[in-house]
Amino acid sequence: MTRRFAIVSAVLAVSLAGNIAWAQQVLINAAGATFPYPMYSKWFDEYHKKHPTAQINYQSIGSGGGIAQVTNGTVDFGATDGPMNDKQMKDFEEKRGSAILHFPTVLGAVVPTYNIPGITSQLNFTGEALAEIFLGKITKWDDPAIAKTNAGVKLPSNNIVVVHRSDGSGTTYVWTDYLSKASKEWETKVGRANSVNWPVGLGGKGNEGVSGSIQQTANSIGYVELIYAVQNKMSYGKVKNAEGEFVQASLASVTAAAAKAVVPDDFRVSITDAPGKGVYPISSFTWLLIPAKITDAAKKQTIKDFLKWMLGDGQKMTETLSYSALPKALIARELKAIEKIQ
Amino acid sequence: MLSFRRKAMNAVMLSLTGVCTLVAVGVLLFILGYLFIHGGISLTWDFFTQLPKPVGEPGGGMANALLGSAKLLMIAMLIGVPIGFLGGVYLAEFGGSSFSFVVRYTTDLLNGVPSIVIGIFAYTLLVLPQKHFSTLSGGLALGVMMIPIAIRSSEDFLRAVPLSLREGSMALGASKARSILTVVIPAAKSGLITGIMLNLARVAGETAPLLFTSFSNRFWSPGWEQPTAALPVMIYTYAISPYADWHQQAWSAGFVLLMLVLAINITARAILSKGGHVAR
Amino acid sequence: MAAPSTPALDARPEGRASAFWQRLRSGDDIAYVITMTCAFTVLAVTALLVFELYLNSALPRQKFGWSFLATSVWDPVAGEFGALPFIYGTVVTSAVALILAVPLGVGAAIFLAELAPARISNALTFLIELLAAVPSVIYGLLGIFILVPGLISLEPAIRAVLGWTPLFSGPFYGVSMLSASVVLVVMIIPFIISISREVILAVPNEQREGALALGATRWESTWDVVLPFAKKGIMGSIFLALARSLGETMAVTMVIGNDPKIHGSLFAPGYSIAAVIANEFAEATDALHQGALIELALVLFGLTIVINGVARVLVLSTNTKGST
Repeated sequence: MTRRFAIVSAVLAVSLAGNIAWAQQVLINAAGATFPYPMYSKWFDEYHKKHPTAQINYQSIGSGGGIAQVTNGTVDFGATDGPMNDKQMKDFEEKRGSAILHFPTVLGAVVPTYNIPGITSQLNFTGEALAEIFLGKITKWDDPAIAKTNAGVKLPSNNIVVVHRSDGSGTTYVWTDYLSKASKEWETKVGRANSVNWPVGLGGKGNEGVSGSIQQTANSIGYVELIYAVQNKMSYGKVKNAEGEFVQASLASVTAAAAKAVVPDDFRVSITDAPGKGVYPISSFTWLLIPAKITDAAKKQTIKDFLKWMLGDGQKMTETLSYSALPKALIARELKAIEKIQ
Repeated sequence: MLSFRRKAMNAVMLSLTGVCTLVAVGVLLFILGYLFIHGGISLTWDFFTQLPKPVGEPGGGMANALLGSAKLLMIAMLIGVPIGFLGGVYLAEFGGSSFSFVVRYTTDLLNGVPSIVIGIFAYTLLVLPQKHFSTLSGGLALGVMMIPIAIRSSEDFLRAVPLSLREGSMALGASKARSILTVVIPAAKSGLITGIMLNLARVAGETAPLLFTSFSNRFWSPGWEQPTAALPVMIYTYAISPYADWHQQAWSAGFVLLMLVLAINITARAILSKGGHVAR
Repeated sequence: MAAPSTPALDARPEGRASAFWQRLRSGDDIAYVITMTCAFTVLAVTALLVFELYLNSALPRQKFGWSFLATSVWDPVAGEFGALPFIYGTVVTSAVALILAVPLGVGAAIFLAELAPARISNALTFLIELLAAVPSVIYGLLGIFILVPGLISLEPAIRAVLGWTPLFSGPFYGVSMLSASVVLVVMIIPFIISISREVILAVPNEQREGALALGATRWESTWDVVLPFAKKGIMGSIFLALARSLGETMAVTMVIGNDPKIHGSLFAPGYSIAAVIANEFAEATDALHQGALIELALVLFGLTIVINGVARVLVLSTNTKGST
């Protein structure tokens, strides 16, 4: 009996001690997009080092998950690569009784990445060719539609293995948004969304899962956020933009895509297939989804402080991770929008 | 006389059964060996003491996941063991009615429910109403998984206690409850402990029920109301990631988890064989 | 807990009430009530589980009715959900796993029960039972990094031998229904071996001696006499293994390819019920999508109930027969 009592009291003591030691901590849980995950995980880590009492736990479960969990209220804020649509915004308001705010954080690019044994040069893709590959109409690597834009590259006549996301994802939103603009057939048959009914292909979970599958599968093609391709030294192609140039995704070409974008007040905007010279056509903002009403005062303050830090010092860290910083004018507008968080 | 064909058939088929055994045992040895080579060797002290590093930075460990798993298992035990054990006492000592038949059948059904479904159950039951992921909900999911196994194993071990012991105790004037408490349970003790340990080893490796309940956490998880990292979930996220460094950590984590589970298994069986009787 | 006797209780008046207090004090009723409550908890938990699943899947049940089970479009954008590809993937991978695992498992069980000396048999069985304790996420890990590359290098050989069947046609990417089946084989074989071995050991020795005395070879006595005797129990072990493989989540998710289409070839990727729930549940944004996933969970639950039920009946009926 005494031993049992000792065990019980030890357990109680440990859990109490734990709670006291953590009492001043502000613990925030967030979940969503995998596209900016390397950036966010760096930001939240740096922010925690600077402000040891603020601890933001971000899990990259996919943009669909970010939207779903913030709507259910199981996380404090979400993150997505494709803006929430009107129905989702209405759902949120109905469930939570307040609005949801979008805050662009960085710019990213989605790249067509491939693994073809023996091919080392960078391939050129047109939007139509990519759409047809993902529709399952182009099935061989040496199809004229690919060969035409890649003179001098000896493409194999192997079957193309399409890899796509199995989970709801903003990366998918950006990709299908672009394919919808490039191909009428894609728009009517498949459409744009965080997760779609794929005509062909294997599913991988997260940017991680897709890059993993591509690396392990010969003759595959998929789409991932630029940083994943760079970090994992995967081959990725140039894409033809609205001006007819084949452009490689880079800090400059992505920034160029954002430069001329007209951003509405709620910051929900698509910048795929943007016009202009040197623009990479599959570029996008990525957003934090922050409830307009946060009841916990400490959490609210921490989230506001983090947003301010992210728009200031945070923006300076973007380039080392291959993300493009936000345009200056947009930052000023966002700083104002922070005040909407009540 | 045996025909040559029958003799040959005999030899061939019997050796084939031996081959089957070799394959099965070989797979186990391969798994152990591979995990040891890939996970064990790269295991560093940091793995046990450090938090995970942000993506892309080398190093870091899974200390928070180890503690998280321990906390989850503790809650699971607090839920699963008492209910399972006492339910087992009921079936073994007071059973026999049609009610206990229903209980037994339901127990088997619950045992057969896929772990992912238990995860959804805990999510709708705790996470959604509470509006946050928590260690508690993960522990609940694991605890629910422990109940059916705990019931059946304690029932089996209690039933294995000879009737003469109970009769002896009751003949000396002890009540039924007292006999159970002072004679039957002590007699079945080593079996009961074994049952609990094997049960614990089984849920220690469960991933699916934790995905929507304890979620995950990059930091330490204080108290019981915050999401927490757990070893199996970390293995899953790290394994499907594209980073070679994370794969390496997944192997290390896999190695640690496997060693933990096997150690519990082997200890449990050792306790059982020391304790004397085996309940079948 | 043992209700220590207190003077206050001892001083209770005589009569019926006293008998009641006597029983209460001795703890029998308390013990009965406490243990029964715990036993009842199992019923309550299971009922609550079914209720929750049923309640939360109301939306797709109203919208699709029974056609949910028979249609094969899974389109979260258009809000159309059909369970067929997942049911197909689940059933096919489990069936293939059984076809591979049953001969292997029963063969090993025969060896361990009939041929191997007791000490070796016990030691090997111990090892094999440890195999059952390996967490499924570790099988998934090995599946991704060893099995999939391994199968890719074995592909030409498989194709050369079996390529003429439609089951092994079409391109092979590594992750596939075949890979999922092979992982499942490794996961369920310990169950088949350890249960079958016990059932075979339970066959009375007179049966074997009789057959041998009549001039049968060792194999003939095993095949013609022992196995028929143990048949039901072995079937039971197979059903248990089947139930386990149907619900297996992590290992399958990691190697099956996650493609919600029905393909005839085992080389093609597929999807299982448990895998789609694991992949999509956390991020299903609209109520219909989430409801469809929960309905899938209900389908899986129903499937396991039926199979478990059959398995228990089979195992029980041999246990009683084998022991007499």
